Amino acid sequence: MIRSVLALLLTLLALPGAVPALGQDTMPPAPYAYTQLEDPALEAEASALMHTLRCLKCQSQSIADSDAPMAGDMRHQVRSRILAGESPDQIRAWLVARYGDYVSYEPTVSATTWPLFAIPLLVILIGAGVLLRRLGRRRGETGAEAGE
Amino acid sequence: MKTRLWLWVPLALFAFFAGLAGYMLTQPKDQFVESTMIGEPLPDFALDPAFGGLPGAAKADFAGGRPRLLNIWASWCLPCIAEAPQLEALKAQGVEIIGIAIRDRPEDVARFLARYGNPYTRIGSDRISEVQLAIGSSGVPETFVIDGEGVIRYQHIGDIRADDVAVLLAELEKAK
Repeated sequence: MIRSVLALLLTLLALPGAVPALGQDTMPPAPYAYTQLEDPALEAEASALMHTLRCLKCQSQSIADSDAPMAGDMRHQVRSRILAGESPDQIRAWLVARYGDYVSYEPTVSATTWPLFAIPLLVILIGAGVLLRRLGRRRGETGAEAGE
Repeated sequence: MKTRLWLWVPLALFAFFAGLAGYMLTQPKDQFVESTMIGEPLPDFALDPAFGGLPGAAKADFAGGRPRLLNIWASWCLPCIAEAPQLEALKAQGVEIIGIAIRDRPEDVARFLARYGNPYTRIGSDRISEVQLAIGSSGVPETFVIDGEGVIRYQHIGDIRADDVAVLLAELEKAK
């Protein structure tokens, strides 16, 4: 009895490990997924761009930091397009045309994102205003007290 | 008294944001990234056959006046097994389904189709997700409605469930 329960527990424990190959492809990475461009200047351009593009599978990482196969395929797109003479801005625009602002890992000011930048400024201004008024009032009060 | 009430405002705001954050933590994360290519023509592409049994797929295969489905899938993708019966149902309704297999091997494609059925008329092999990226798809499976002029009209993200079949049929009808 105990033995069969143990065996059951062991098989249950082993289950997640029993299906490693499914849900992930086994293909080799795209040519430029992990291979740098030969020209260091072009590679630097590509690398800078890759750090500002979001991995679509693993959305809290840039494609430069992700090992997801799709991020590799995106790096291949970036490097091969840089090699073909496209500018980083063109490649970024090409991706934004397909996935929207979402693919940008670098926050940009746009029609939908401007409050993100405006609200903190506004709050700081309000805070500064309140502080100045309070300090001004207190000084007035202490001044009046001193005068008494 | 009025000033006393004002003092509670920051605490109320804090409680509101803390509550909101707590609530959002319990909500499932929306992982879908929608394509912004709806209404745009398919990009130029021509993919090799994904296995010996069917021809490959190209942009030209979407011309000729009638709407078709473009199914992005892979033999290694588990939800693709779940949507296989729904693709069969769509095929039975006379829908032409052209597949693009992402990062796949011919023998795996053949094995998958032998096991779960073959609803496709063509399957192109996209070994480096090139066409997938070009149409704004961010995962497998995804299904696009392409009209007779080769314009992308609708995107379904994730596996097609039984009640999505009617939605896709309606979108195909709209694309006529």
